[in-house]
Amino acid sequence: MTTAPHSKYSTLAIALHWLLALALLTSFAVGLYMADLPFSPQRLKLYNWHKWAGVTILALSAARLLWRLTHRPPAELPMPAWQARASHFTHGALYLLFFAVPLVGWAYSSAAGFPVVWFGVLPLPDFVPVGKALAEAIKPWHGALAWALAALAVLHVAGALKHHFIDRDGLLARMSPKRT
Amino acid sequence: MNSRLALACSLLAAASLPALAVQKLLPAPSAISFTSKQMGVPVEGKFRKFDAQVAFEPNKPEAAKIGFTVDLASATLGSAETDAELAKPDWFNTKLFPQAIFQSSGVKATGPGKFEVTGKLAIKSISHDVVVPVTLAQAGGQTTASGSFAIKRLDFKIGDGDWKDTSMVADAVQVKFKLVLSGVGPL
Repeated sequence: MTTAPHSKYSTLAIALHWLLALALLTSFAVGLYMADLPFSPQRLKLYNWHKWAGVTILALSAARLLWRLTHRPPAELPMPAWQARASHFTHGALYLLFFAVPLVGWAYSSAAGFPVVWFGVLPLPDFVPVGKALAEAIKPWHGALAWALAALAVLHVAGALKHHFIDRDGLLARMSPKRT
Repeated sequence: MNSRLALACSLLAAASLPALAVQKLLPAPSAISFTSKQMGVPVEGKFRKFDAQVAFEPNKPEAAKIGFTVDLASATLGSAETDAELAKPDWFNTKLFPQAIFQSSGVKATGPGKFEVTGKLAIKSISHDVVVPVTLAQAGGQTTASGSFAIKRLDFKIGDGDWKDTSMVADAVQVKFKLVLSGVGPL
């Protein structure tokens, strides 16, 4: 059953959604791959790219949150209350992790004595002191939070696909990059 | 007779002593560090073991002789993984070349408490001329010599092979030192 055409998310919200989806997926994959590499120029390169991507994700997420808070999203589709609650929780947690994962990664880099220099040009401040013990304490959190983000993203995609293929309520079209 | 000769000899030796290396390096308060840039990120390392042979009188700088040895295996960037890497042939190759050696060829005063030391720095048996500006400060009978100078790592084949790419690790490496000496005459 399809309802009347739903208003879509704004163009900028859609652009940020897909851009960040791609950036997060790539950074996650690179992060998993690079951690086990032996010491080499290749690894150094990937680590820096990963950090630059992370800081970019952080900045874009801030822009996205600001946009989300100042623009009304399309009206909610009818669904059972528990599903609406689950989707609100997932979105809230995703937003939280968009910030937490890069911030914790940045903190780890600073604590390990490698300050982040964005794109090799802009030195970013260290908001934690350099310290081996601190770096070791922070390190597992970056990974754990990234996995949590990945799990929530899978849940998010599963929910979207359920709406598309089972409920057939046109929810996916609201975030479609295609013009309607 | 014999004893008088011995006395004369020892007096002579004592009189000529200031011309020899009488200054001593105090290792604990001294430090030698180096900063390289990896993809724009400054990374600081230090040498934990080094020694100096200094014969220097502030009023006769041109007669000074300054020598340095740095144990390259004592280099650390702060993590066991990178330290193990530094010892490898592409970097310091410490098995073959355990020490970096500096020997001065000339010292001149450039200002109050300021000197310029010219000499040869040898790392991995490759020798290059360096000019090192040094500032001296004295307190409590100790003299602190500090300064910094830049070397080009590729001149000494530090970071060879895959690591030659200077877009990854910059060619210029800044070396900073603070050496505390005892026995230097007043400035």
